Amino acid sequence: MSATMPPALQLEALSYAYARGRPALQDVSFSVPPGSFTALLGPNGAGKTTLLSLVTRLFQAPGGRVLVCGHDLRQAPRAALGAMGVVFQQLTLDLDLTVIQNLRYSALLHGLSGTLARTRIEEALARAGLEERGRTMVRALSGGMRRRLEIARGLLHEPRLLVLDEPTVGLDVDSRREIVAEVHAFCREKGLAVLWTTHLIDEVWPEDRLVVLHGGRVRAAGSVREVMGKANAGSVGEAFGALTRGKAA
Amino acid sequence: MKPWALCFAGILWRELLRFLQQRGRFLAALVRPLVWLFIFAAGFRSILGVSIQPPYQTYMLYEVYITPGLCGMILLFSGMQSSLSMVYDREMGSMRVLLVSPLPRWFLLLSKLVAGVLVAALQVYVFLVIAWFWEIEPPLPGYLTLLPALLVAGLMLGALGLLLSSFIRQLENFAGVMNFVIFPMFFASSALYPLWRVKEASPLLHAIAAANPFTHAVELIRFALYAQLDLGSLVAVLGWTVLFTAVALWGYNPARGFVALTGKAGPPG
Repeated sequence: MSATMPPALQLEALSYAYARGRPALQDVSFSVPPGSFTALLGPNGAGKTTLLSLVTRLFQAPGGRVLVCGHDLRQAPRAALGAMGVVFQQLTLDLDLTVIQNLRYSALLHGLSGTLARTRIEEALARAGLEERGRTMVRALSGGMRRRLEIARGLLHEPRLLVLDEPTVGLDVDSRREIVAEVHAFCREKGLAVLWTTHLIDEVWPEDRLVVLHGGRVRAAGSVREVMGKANAGSVGEAFGALTRGKAA
Repeated sequence: MKPWALCFAGILWRELLRFLQQRGRFLAALVRPLVWLFIFAAGFRSILGVSIQPPYQTYMLYEVYITPGLCGMILLFSGMQSSLSMVYDREMGSMRVLLVSPLPRWFLLLSKLVAGVLVAALQVYVFLVIAWFWEIEPPLPGYLTLLPALLVAGLMLGALGLLLSSFIRQLENFAGVMNFVIFPMFFASSALYPLWRVKEASPLLHAIAAANPFTHAVELIRFALYAQLDLGSLVAVLGWTVLFTAVALWGYNPARGFVALTGKAGPPG
């Protein structure tokens, strides 16, 4: 990617605390370069979902900045959100609508209509391997198919950044492996930047970038090799264990 | 302008699809006022005579009197139901999809409210068609002038539902809302009996009913159904709508919004 392009996602000194709770995030800063697959690795309760809620504007951080492709989420939310596709951990499809109806709704929310919307929907169906299931109710789809559909929906408006919150939760081993491989392939082939949160180390590939979050703080960030070097570890698993041992806060 | 129109069209289209596909909801929404009309009103017909009062030109049957109140009831249930489901139900997931789309949050929420009101207005018209066969026959222009009244009143009730669900955690289930909001609002209003009759029974209840936003909604609908404008009710409903909407949108602010308030952002990760 060009060196002049701003990072697909840049977080600067983000902090967040729930009411009457301890801080969920403290001074979190890292960036996702254009076209990179960045895994945000952290144990349960590390603050990954809170972080994604801030990145997607569901929550607003009292301080710090979120920049999406150079657009400040607070100053220019329309440009920032328009450049981002989101896949939540929780299922967000309408179970009682068909596959195509779900995609069409999302297309309209992003201002796509007519031929362009139809073309994008066809592409999304092909990407999700659901060409034959367009008129099927989402309720009748398997967990793996629903996930693929959500990812395809997140890419409908051709964002430059796709953020996914533990997208393989609840899937069987084969579906999990396939989805991890597919998103890595999009990233490589289409130059899409990906922020992928997970607590599963086998979803991190050697060429990925890695951010380790623990206790609401970034414990390490960089290429997989750099993070392993920082933890003085021989594998991602060892590095993760070393960086998330004990309380981080 | 186009993305805004498309976004609203998408929200409305989805609301309609969901409504039509959930046949149980459609049926329940229709059966509720019809039970009141066919059974309750028929039973009270001989007990409660209603004398001439605007907008009616003559003595009327009790069924005729309560029809606007039942239209309001449809809006009330629908407004509370859709606003609550916006927050607490399975719709939580789809609300996120809506909220991470690029247009401003106030526009997305208002579109959702308006779309819900239009679907509720559709239910009102289906109810009125059935009521027509029960000899509830308002003048034809009334069906036209009713629409804006339904929109304003529906928006007020939808915004009230959103406001309640933003701030009151105890109202998580619909039964609670029925007991503490819907029933008191409905019964302490002019939906079932004229305010002057309430005054005879209890001045305090009359004062409460006269201040009740639902009374203003019902009176606005009542006059509109007879192609007349009740300016006082319109001003009151508009005032309540602005107030409820402003507070509801403020409550939806992500910095202190209900997602953070209720801690229902999803499982921590």
